Amino acid sequence: MPMPEQAATTLQTSSPSTPPALGEVHGLLYRAGGSNLIESIELVLDAKSLTVVMGPNGAGKSLLLRLMHGLLEPTAGEIRWGGRRLDDRVRARQAMVFQRPVLLRRSVAANLRFVLARQGKPSKAVIESLLAEVGLEHLIDQPARRLSGGEQQRLALARALALQPEVLFMDEPTASLDPAATASIEAIVRRAHERGVKIVFVTHDLGQARRLADDVVFLNKGRLVEHTSAERFFDQPESRQARQYLAGQLVLA
Amino acid sequence: MQDFGAAFGLAFQLVLSADPDLLEIIALSLRVSLTAVAVACIIGLPLGAALAIGRFRGRPALIILLNALMGLPPVVVGLMIYLLLSNAGPLGTFQLLYTPTAMIIAQTVLITPIVAALCREVVEQMHAEYDELFRSLCLSRMQMMTALLWDARYSLLTVGLAGFGRAVAEVGAVIIVGGNIDHLTRVMTTAIALETSKGNLALALALGIVLLTLALSVNAAVMSLRMTASRYAHA
Repeated sequence: MPMPEQAATTLQTSSPSTPPALGEVHGLLYRAGGSNLIESIELVLDAKSLTVVMGPNGAGKSLLLRLMHGLLEPTAGEIRWGGRRLDDRVRARQAMVFQRPVLLRRSVAANLRFVLARQGKPSKAVIESLLAEVGLEHLIDQPARRLSGGEQQRLALARALALQPEVLFMDEPTASLDPAATASIEAIVRRAHERGVKIVFVTHDLGQARRLADDVVFLNKGRLVEHTSAERFFDQPESRQARQYLAGQLVLA
Repeated sequence: MQDFGAAFGLAFQLVLSADPDLLEIIALSLRVSLTAVAVACIIGLPLGAALAIGRFRGRPALIILLNALMGLPPVVVGLMIYLLLSNAGPLGTFQLLYTPTAMIIAQTVLITPIVAALCREVVEQMHAEYDELFRSLCLSRMQMMTALLWDARYSLLTVGLAGFGRAVAEVGAVIIVGGNIDHLTRVMTTAIALETSKGNLALALALGIVLLTLALSVNAAVMSLRMTASRYAHA
């Protein structure tokens, strides 16, 4: 599928050889309650990098993620993945992990079986290897809702990975977790990324963004302020808003 | 007040003596009401779940209607079913009037709205939590409904109990379509009504105590099942 050329000019990551675009967002607008919560966003995401979305509270990070995954209908604008318009078939190749893990009221294994069932009857070995990947194999028969917060989020992550997604969206998955649980989530995400899964990761945590990001999408008040490589973003942010944000100041319009 | 003392004595006596007539009445009460609950669940649970996740015009009106139907007056339902099943009625050929089947039909009509409306409430709350995940997983409406009904199964037991409570305690509908015929359509509530009208207050009260105990036992059995099962299944 051919890519529109003009999209890749302005906001491309600063990697030397331009990798192929996977996700494209054009003229994105999302209106609710009489105000523009997301406005004129142009964004191109490549297939390889681990993209971190940052910005102050209310910047529209979670909204952007939901729009890119198709959980929300944009008011205007276009979202494409691999050249295809976002529809159920595109979304079926993506997965999302939410800030609060949404687990079914079933056992750990049954939570995985629930999503694996659509590729036919899942074998025990598949479930065990998924749980081993996130370090939960010893809890396989436990009720999912009885796990600790960190374990629940790891299970949610295992369930997302069970879908073998091309793109994995993560909406502040470690916002309410302790440092150890956060570290284990990060390690799993990094391994998934190394296996070739495109990650789009929303976080408030500057340290986490530094540890994970290849490129940073910085939003403020529903607008894209900058999209640069992580190196560049943390050392010499282009925008005043990003400098204020990184310095821990109030970000003014 | 003497009636109360006498009633308790009599109730014990009745139960301990295992009076065959009483046992027959108890068995029919349970058979009619439990069957009605089962049928009401088969119809009401999918209906409630569909209404909980559906997005269509007229949905709010349908929910209001369903909630209002929870308060259907049993005598009115009894009368309607009577008209349907009587020889002159559209279903007269089936000769169902004054049979336990007629009583099951009447009670099913009475409690299906209760089961559906309460199920809608339970499933809608759970759906609010699961909605984004389900859409992220691209589930069909049918898959969503089944998953929600399964995950809400313990709360839905209580919904079933609410229906059973209404059914087993109800007299207006079953007396009209059943006729309170001895050894055929006499259940606990119609027997109580009959004994009261004959002036056998102690016997009526004794039957009432037995009925209460019966309802209590069914509730206790279901709730203990729920507690044991939920301990193994989820938090």
